[in-house]
Amino acid sequence: MEHTLTTGSITGDRPRPVKNYLNETKGLWSWLTTLDHKRIGIMYLIAVCSAFLIGGIFALLVRLSLLNPQHTLFGKQWVNAEMYNRFFTLHGAIMVFLFIIPAIPASLGNFVLPMMLGAKDVAFPRLNLMSFYLWCIGAVMAVSSMIIGAVDTGWTFYTPYSTTTDGAVGLMTMAVFILGFSSIFTGLNFISTTHKLRAPGMGWFDMPLFIWGIYATGVIQILATPVLAITLVLLLIERVFQIGIFDSRIGGDPVLFQHFFWFYSHPAVYIMILPGMAIISEIIPTFSRKTIFGYRAIAYSSVSLALLSFIVWGHHLFVAGESDLANVVFSALTFLVAIPSGVKMFNWLTTMYKGNISFETPMLYAMAFLFLFAIGGLTGIFFATLAVDIHLTDTYFVVAHFHYVMMGGTVIAFLGGLHYWWPKMTGRMYSEKWGRIACALVFIGFNMTFGSQFIMGGQGMPRRYFNYLDQFQPIHAFSTYGSWVLGAGLFLTAIYLLASLKTGPLAPDNPWGGTTLEWESSSPPVFHNFEDQPVLEHEPYDYRHRTVTHV
Amino acid sequence: MEQQFDTSKIGMWLFLATEVLTFGGLFAGFGLMQSKYPQEFVEAHEHLQRLAGAGNTVVLLVSSFTAVMAVLAVRTNQAKKAAMYLWLTVGCAGIFMCVKAYEYTHKFEEGLLPGIFYRHHGDLIAGSHGYATFFSFYFMMTGLHGLHVLAGMVLMSWLAIRARRGDFSDKYYTPVDLVALFWHLVDLIWIYLFPLYYLIT
Repeated sequence: MEHTLTTGSITGDRPRPVKNYLNETKGLWSWLTTLDHKRIGIMYLIAVCSAFLIGGIFALLVRLSLLNPQHTLFGKQWVNAEMYNRFFTLHGAIMVFLFIIPAIPASLGNFVLPMMLGAKDVAFPRLNLMSFYLWCIGAVMAVSSMIIGAVDTGWTFYTPYSTTTDGAVGLMTMAVFILGFSSIFTGLNFISTTHKLRAPGMGWFDMPLFIWGIYATGVIQILATPVLAITLVLLLIERVFQIGIFDSRIGGDPVLFQHFFWFYSHPAVYIMILPGMAIISEIIPTFSRKTIFGYRAIAYSSVSLALLSFIVWGHHLFVAGESDLANVVFSALTFLVAIPSGVKMFNWLTTMYKGNISFETPMLYAMAFLFLFAIGGLTGIFFATLAVDIHLTDTYFVVAHFHYVMMGGTVIAFLGGLHYWWPKMTGRMYSEKWGRIACALVFIGFNMTFGSQFIMGGQGMPRRYFNYLDQFQPIHAFSTYGSWVLGAGLFLTAIYLLASLKTGPLAPDNPWGGTTLEWESSSPPVFHNFEDQPVLEHEPYDYRHRTVTHV
Repeated sequence: MEQQFDTSKIGMWLFLATEVLTFGGLFAGFGLMQSKYPQEFVEAHEHLQRLAGAGNTVVLLVSSFTAVMAVLAVRTNQAKKAAMYLWLTVGCAGIFMCVKAYEYTHKFEEGLLPGIFYRHHGDLIAGSHGYATFFSFYFMMTGLHGLHVLAGMVLMSWLAIRARRGDFSDKYYTPVDLVALFWHLVDLIWIYLFPLYYLIT
């Protein structure tokens, strides 16, 4: 390979190769037909961020609808109950199926996982591209379902409402069905890659913890998603032919749908959070310049979270007429989830203890994650407790709880990972100053929006309701103001990240002093990731072998 | 090459896991409904043709055997023999589908149909939805299984043509091996479906 020293490359760094994966081939067509995991990762990143934008706009509309109990803006009512139902359904469905589930594995994971393993690509590059196009088809169908008609079932599609209501529920469920296969193919690919394409010298316990997290996610994607697929097929057939499986008027059982749905969707929650945890396990040792504490404990806790996820779904049905025995068993099993989650939390904190911590943007996000996930996780325990659950079910407490996990956990980790690997992916540094300001805005806005919802929920404000009592008005308004701060933070992030593509200084190969293999390649990486096959010389997170370069 | 084969095989096993879970959902639903309508399910299953089901089980078992023989033949560089075994497998699958079509016709004539389409008369528990639910699951599960048989037939025919052309050898027989794996799963699912539907007591 030809080398030239490009301006901006850091002294002491290898010269930048002229050819990299971004300019190896040119033109839109070369991107659309690429089999390169890095390009597919980038395309996925653009795609999921677009979905995040649409879902986010609906979130802002939901919050704006609830600004006051009269639903007025400048003295005029601007939204009715039906529109509001569509807002929150589309917010939920888009965020869950189009954004959070693929967000980390399919975009950042796609880019980083093969590099961390020291591989040239994933095991099945064509399947990888197909997964992306299935996502696109699913996205087009989901978005057109909101243009063609109304979907107002909530993202859970509970029967019998979903089988009897008018509107584009059929199209939306087909979209989710297709998105499910996109997710299965990603998981299948990553598991095969991890098994077969590790660098020479890399045993299972030499893999970065990010891989362990993505691997555990893959297991869930493969084992849980098919059940969602068949459930949605049944739902569609029930809608069209009325075959009497979910509709009690013709002999079906609506609770069966809930069991099926949560058998997938509870594990799906771990599809969302495990990759987030995986990112945090990378960021914390890197910015603490310290070997991760309890490597094996974190690795095993990822796997045990994946396995536990399959036996706790019944806690979504505590008030749906489940037997007392089932309730007690599911309650006890749900408490178990706290153990591996706690193991992770304490190991991360212990890693930071006496570390040489530097507070750059990715680390700020990681610390925000620790704070927010602790709240999200601990309020989960409230719901595992049967007596408390009955009071809190379907209140804003639930909404606050899962947003603390999904947004405070996964999205914050996603942002952290995006900032962490941005220099590697784009070859440019973003503005550290704006990064920190945006992170602070996101953190404050998030807590304003959802922290207040814990209070409302505790006082009995039901979720999904369009109308509410005047007494909740101040808290609702506060939550809406918070959503604006949060929106501003995210908007700012988009601006400075995009600006960095043009004006950012060129990034060194290893701006944070990371120890995993992806930092061995150039920024941005060459087409096949490494110029020579990397061989693992020390275990991950071994900082004794590394001198730290600060940018 | 060796590594590619191993990787593909892992991919196939993972795919088969998703298949098992897909059918697993339906099996669980069937079990739940059976506990809800135990009498109706016993009565409804009397309408199934046990002999046809048993015959089909044998046919599929034979087809699994011929699939194994096809793999063995490609691995020993016997292209013609491999093609023959693959066509035999397709043939067995064809017989299975014909018998299934015959059974379906019978159900349609008797009005033993899913959900609101159920038209059968003379059931012991008049007006119960249990009968229709039984046939909802019957058509759904055997239908989904039938689609898998059809997919298998297409794949096997494609492989038979390629085998005859000499595309495979002991160096490269990954597609044959993977499709055979798939075919064994299709067979296995039927082996569970048969007692589930035809042998309820």
